[in-house]
Amino acid sequence: MPRRTDISSVLVIGSGPIVIGQAAEFDYSGTQACRVLRAEGLRVILVNSNPATIMTDPEFADATYIEPITPDVVEAIIAKERPDAILPTLGGQTALNIAIALAEAGVLQRHGVEMIGVNPASIRLAEDRQAFKGVVQRCGAECARSLIAHTMDEVLASAAELGYPVVVRPSFTMGGLGSGIAYDEPQLRRIADSGLHYSPTTEVLLEESILGWKEYELELMRDHVDNVVVVCSIENVDPVGVHTGDSVTVAPALTLTDREYQRLRDIGIAVIREVGVDTGGCNIQFAVHPQSGRVVVIEMNPRVSRSSALASKATGFPIAKIAARLAVGYTLDEIPNDITGSTPASFEPSLDYIVVKVPRFAFEKFPAADPTLTTTMKSVGEAMALGRNFTEALGKAMRSIDKAGSVFHWDGPVPSGGVLAALLPSIAVPTEHRLIQVQQVLRSVGRPGGADIADVYAATGIDPWFLDQIELVNEVAGDVATAPEMAPDLLARAKRHGLSDAQIAGLRGISEDTVREVRQALGIRPVFKTVDTCAAEFAARTPYHYSAYDDETEVQPRTRPAIIVLGSGPNRIGQGIEFDYSCVHAVLALRDDYETIMINCNPETVSTDYDTSDRLYFEPLTFEDVLEVYQAELAVGPVTGVIVQLGGQTPLSLAERLQAAGVPILGTPPAAIDAAEDRGVFGRVLQDAGLPAPAFGTARTLEQATSVAHRIGYPVLVRPSYVLGGRGMEIVYSDAQLAEYVGRALEGARVAASGPTAEIPPLLIDRFLDDAIELDVDALYDGTDLYLGGVMEHIEEAGIHSGDSACVLPPVTISTAELARVRRSTEAIARGVGVRGLLNVQFALVSDVLYVLEANPRASRTAPFVSKATGVPLAKAAALVMAGATIAELRASGVLPASGDGGSLSLRAPIAVKEAVLPFKRFRTAEGTVVDTVLGPEMRSTGEVMGIDVDFPTAFAKSQAAAFGGLPTGGTAFISVADRDKRAITFPVKRLTEMGFTILATEGTAAVLHRNGVASTVVRKASEGRVDGGPTIVDLITAGEVDIVVNTPSGQGARADGYEIRTATVAADKPIVTTVQQLAAAVQAIESLRAGPFAVRSLQDHAFELRDRSVAR
Amino acid sequence: MNGQTAVLVLEDGRTFTGQVLGATGSTVGEIVFSTGMTGYQETLTDPSYHRQIVVMTAPHIGNTGMNEEDPESTRIWVAGYVVRDPAIRPSSWRSTRSLAEALEAEGIVGISDIDTRALTRHLRERGVMRAGIFSGDGLVDGSGRRRVEQDLLDVVTASPVMSGADLAREVTVAEPYTVQPLRGPASGTEPVATVVAVDLGIKSMTPHRLAERGVRTHVVPAGTTVQEVLALAPDGVFFSNGPGDPAAAVHEVELLRGVLDRRIPFFGICYGHQLLGRALGFGTYKLTYGHRGVNQPVLDRRTKKVEITAHNHGFAVDAPIDHDAVAPCDGGRYGRVTVSHVALNDGVVEGLECLDLPAFSVQYHPEAAAGPHDADYLFDRFIELMASGRTHRPPGTHDGFAPATTPRTAEESDAAPN
Ligand SMILES: Nc1ncnc2c1ncn2[C@@H]1O[C@H](COP(=O)(O)OP(=O)(O)O)[C@@H](O)[C@H]1O
Ligand SMILES: Nc1ncnc2c1ncn2[C@@H]1O[C@H](COP(=O)(O)OP(=O)(O)O)[C@@H](O)[C@H]1O
Ligand SMILES: [Mg+2]
Ligand SMILES: [Mg+2]
Repeated sequence: MPRRTDISSVLVIGSGPIVIGQAAEFDYSGTQACRVLRAEGLRVILVNSNPATIMTDPEFADATYIEPITPDVVEAIIAKERPDAILPTLGGQTALNIAIALAEAGVLQRHGVEMIGVNPASIRLAEDRQAFKGVVQRCGAECARSLIAHTMDEVLASAAELGYPVVVRPSFTMGGLGSGIAYDEPQLRRIADSGLHYSPTTEVLLEESILGWKEYELELMRDHVDNVVVVCSIENVDPVGVHTGDSVTVAPALTLTDREYQRLRDIGIAVIREVGVDTGGCNIQFAVHPQSGRVVVIEMNPRVSRSSALASKATGFPIAKIAARLAVGYTLDEIPNDITGSTPASFEPSLDYIVVKVPRFAFEKFPAADPTLTTTMKSVGEAMALGRNFTEALGKAMRSIDKAGSVFHWDGPVPSGGVLAALLPSIAVPTEHRLIQVQQVLRSVGRPGGADIADVYAATGIDPWFLDQIELVNEVAGDVATAPEMAPDLLARAKRHGLSDAQIAGLRGISEDTVREVRQALGIRPVFKTVDTCAAEFAARTPYHYSAYDDETEVQPRTRPAIIVLGSGPNRIGQGIEFDYSCVHAVLALRDDYETIMINCNPETVSTDYDTSDRLYFEPLTFEDVLEVYQAELAVGPVTGVIVQLGGQTPLSLAERLQAAGVPILGTPPAAIDAAEDRGVFGRVLQDAGLPAPAFGTARTLEQATSVAHRIGYPVLVRPSYVLGGRGMEIVYSDAQLAEYVGRALEGARVAASGPTAEIPPLLIDRFLDDAIELDVDALYDGTDLYLGGVMEHIEEAGIHSGDSACVLPPVTISTAELARVRRSTEAIARGVGVRGLLNVQFALVSDVLYVLEANPRASRTAPFVSKATGVPLAKAAALVMAGATIAELRASGVLPASGDGGSLSLRAPIAVKEAVLPFKRFRTAEGTVVDTVLGPEMRSTGEVMGIDVDFPTAFAKSQAAAFGGLPTGGTAFISVADRDKRAITFPVKRLTEMGFTILATEGTAAVLHRNGVASTVVRKASEGRVDGGPTIVDLITAGEVDIVVNTPSGQGARADGYEIRTATVAADKPIVTTVQQLAAAVQAIESLRAGPFAVRSLQDHAFELRDRSVAR
Repeated sequence: MNGQTAVLVLEDGRTFTGQVLGATGSTVGEIVFSTGMTGYQETLTDPSYHRQIVVMTAPHIGNTGMNEEDPESTRIWVAGYVVRDPAIRPSSWRSTRSLAEALEAEGIVGISDIDTRALTRHLRERGVMRAGIFSGDGLVDGSGRRRVEQDLLDVVTASPVMSGADLAREVTVAEPYTVQPLRGPASGTEPVATVVAVDLGIKSMTPHRLAERGVRTHVVPAGTTVQEVLALAPDGVFFSNGPGDPAAAVHEVELLRGVLDRRIPFFGICYGHQLLGRALGFGTYKLTYGHRGVNQPVLDRRTKKVEITAHNHGFAVDAPIDHDAVAPCDGGRYGRVTVSHVALNDGVVEGLECLDLPAFSVQYHPEAAAGPHDADYLFDRFIELMASGRTHRPPGTHDGFAPATTPRTAEESDAAPN
């Protein structure tokens, strides 16, 4: 059947801010869906609160709403746009939940909107753990024994029946939120408590533990005439017990016979039919008992999922794209397989390579968090790699993680005796380091007293086949280390099993460059194979390549000059989807005049979609791998250059070596990058331009550090130089704190150097500017003209990382004169540094002095936000500038506005607020409490949302609604602020009482409020304990009797009480305000909320005001 | 890895140098590639691969070792085996020995550590051809000198070609045997039907699938006569898969015509399908590189549904897809035939159904092993066909068509002459 003719417009729901468990993969699926539906001639309406996404770019939909994804807002959009259908299966759990809510509230019916791609009934069947059990039984398969519970008593009773350990899994949550494994009753009480809390139906499933079983996933697709295909099988290297999102996974499944695999396939197909997913993709997880082969169905996701993105990239079969086509009426056999062009999509891909995915974690940012991997997903990103065998793919995937200590190593002695005895039990506990610990243990295989594969298997449950492969890598490494000289066949073998030049260099005690020169001289080079969905049975049209050490390369000659864009690698805190946005835009801008080539290793992204760029290389972003791609492309046609400034710090840090190796770098030259990043050089640039910067110094020892601190005076801001996202950055108020910090740095250095050392990598020590207004600027410079993309005023004062701070564009409290200064300073820096392309500068405004905090000569995290808030495609313009265009030309051609810029917006221009979304509630301390939520100079947010409206209060209110469901319009507010903030709270709190809030406060705060004529009730701090049974504030918060909490940490040291209050608030899922600036903004927002429901407006409509710059300020 | 060199030489002169897998020595055969990612044990033991050197496109083969349950026959049939990364140590609770051990034990010469994708692309572009794998003694001549490439190439070009090869006799059973039903109807033992399966290279899963459905199957050797078949009073006759060129199977085609003339319900798979095509008077031809894998989409033109199926065929039936046709065999004595199944990748005929006779066949493998079970239903169709075959049914008639023999009733069939 061709596509339905009764549908002419579709509302696509996005997945909102990037959070753990729901990341860039839904931008990829949503973007694909929008592309396909528009290609089908449908009018596409999109809602997503996340401005960093590519899908929310005005050119991808007919009407793009960057609005909170809440039932009433989405209803408002439906009422306004009157879509025929709503497609909720490509926006993760968020979209699915909203769709159910709208269906149940009768909204869809009222507006005559049809839900396509899935129906509420099947969503229930799949997501309600109990109902799903029935489904599985009806399919003649089994689930783990389980019991359902709605109260703690039921929980305990069920556990008694099932026995410990027992698994707790809430219904209707995503990424395993609120789930866990309890080994005893106290643990059970704790886990089940949050489980019940996070389940929208306060329902948890208690389940027989199947820890240690082999875990598999199948990605299936079904069309409305009941054709079903299995797109991909995925095997988890970490056995059941570690969330699939946190496991190292491999495709295809490697340790099943055909009989066993077909059994999973049969069950999968029966389940998708029984659940009744009539069109689209779904993901089913299985556990297989390693000795008996007993199969247990773990769960099914009736939608495109994280694994679907992985499966699409792993096979070349674009699940989301095809799901969208199926949803509008096509059948699988009517849809062509893009890659071959000659065969239909109704087939099952066959792989002639191995795919490995490795997760990337961020525990270092949450030192208090328990790093054990469990059934709750904790990773913030992932890297994927392809190779012609497992060892090659694994080696590439691990080095793609781009983080110290994430690759196999052979430093230090082979573990034995006590060390080995200590390692064995530690590998029984899954952590992000387990694979490397396993590799270390396996180094001892075959030595007296050494471990063997059986021991490691017993401890980890990792299939012996994988362990054997890791042992193979060790064996090859051993040969490399001990060979008298590096024989060609040995070197070839090392590369064939995934060892990087750097690893080989380490083993031989020579430099990486030497290894490369020898290797290339011997002609030992990777070839580039093609992902073709069919194991070469048919010719592929799509140049989607990966490197492998094998004989025949498939890179085709070309005549057009190529530009290579380096992506940003795995998502991590501080470097996420925003950078993918810029990379994809560069490709879109350049592809008319150049052959665009993308290199990236992040399977979640749009940049790694095979039809985004002309050629895709799915490769690690390391010097070695990038250089090989460059040279391979140079061999088949002209290469104009490589773009390193759009993918964040990862590609930027390769610039210098690439250039040294003869690779032309487009845009800002490496020397200029260094000028911005090296404090000394940058300091001189500022001096010459007469721009003030906070006093600073650098130190490599405690003595140096202390003297610097004394010279510039406390408080100081300490950090290692060359970091992104404020890594390891702290505000230090005293010698003691400084000593402590340096101590930790030394420890870190010792680990890195795996040996004692007195030297630490240079520390940067800045004078900390108190009470400073932080401004963030994104600008474009071509050597002559500056285009000020936008100026963002942070809500929080300097000291809270720009990535975690809410900000508003255009600024709302900055004078025109100050803006003019910002413009002049930015231009001076751009010129002084020698920027060609994008520049991001952070300023701090303290009592009329405009300090320069830092300049990043690259696309910033805020580039997409600025582009959407001002309606100007900054990254596109930047790419063109890097390719030689001038800003004048871009103004003429219409890429940039003919006159004015982001610094001179009309008064009628909308106000856009960016709010950060933080992952605190995912991280638990070893004791099981939530980690602290205080913001600081180290970035911790995983994602962001945008609120856009005519004035600041409403825009801010929207941003809060989008970030966490919204502020209360009445009820009880609890206020407890640090002394330095007491002065500032009187007015906002007065407003709250006027609006009818009941105010609770701690003693000191209450006193200040009282003297200022604001009535409040004093509540006891937790530390004061319960007097005659009266509740403490923590009790009240936990009991849900407080609607909003205002608690600013006292500047210094220990923050015990604050900590308990804040964590209790997070646990209770209530809004928490930790700075007075937030409070002021929140109060304004509450006022606007009380004024009435949000009005919705599409970006396309906003663009109208934005284009009109006549009444420039 | 034992580090011993092995060389693969293709008929067109292209060579690949790798390492020994399994036995050393030399072997020749038609080189074909299979894209299945699972089921290597079933592939190795599938008689249809007799005289073929099989290239696995999936790099890791042997991970789950070899077990007792999965073989499709009593021995490994492939003439040679090509794998990029054979498993060093298998891992499966069912495994009893490693792939390399099994190959060595059965004297199968193989090669590993070569660019199997380059090889596959070459075969895709040039078509399947003869090849040889040489290692150990196979690489040295009588006087102990290493043989030059031309030598090896001569060995390859001297070997027989697949076209025209009649191989059924080489793979079929010596003695008939019977596979009893696994479950009868309510009563218990009584089979729902009795089938004579002519073994042209049959896979053990085929009688098993019938047994699962309560059918008793007499497996008989190629060369069995129609009288011998009738003596077993079958409700239906089955022709299995098997190696070789269907054009060479003169005797089997005659046997099949005998079956059709008696209106005995017939079902054929793969080679058996090609033989039905020939019996009906259609031609067969060799595909450039064939269909070998477990991911092949086939359209059932009756239900309009797509099934994912296991394929292993180098030849195909040449029948008109666009319209039903009268079977060419002498003036249409078998009435009308329709192409019931088509390969969606390349439009090859994958199934035939007689409209005026109780006979049908598929080119692919509903018994799977290895492969998906989507086409299971065909065994049920066969059983239904036999059920209706046993009850008196008038011949389908249409312009000019008169059945060559009088309709055969259940009584006659049970009282078939000996
Ligand atoms: N009964 C169980 N015993 C032990 N571990 C389990 C059990 N059920 C699930 N798990 C583990 O928990 C992880 C998350 O469970 P899953 O049902 O997939 O939740 P989510 O919806 O978060 O993906 C699974 O990947 C698996 O490793
Ligand atoms: N001298 C300073 N005084 C006060 N706050 C500062 C100072 N320097 C940096 N900060 C704060 O720390 C945050 C991170 O510093 P920054 O230099 O931007 O590091 P990153 O490279 O991680 O963005 C800034 O956003 C700002 O809020
Ligand atoms: Mg899951
Ligand atoms: Mg910064």
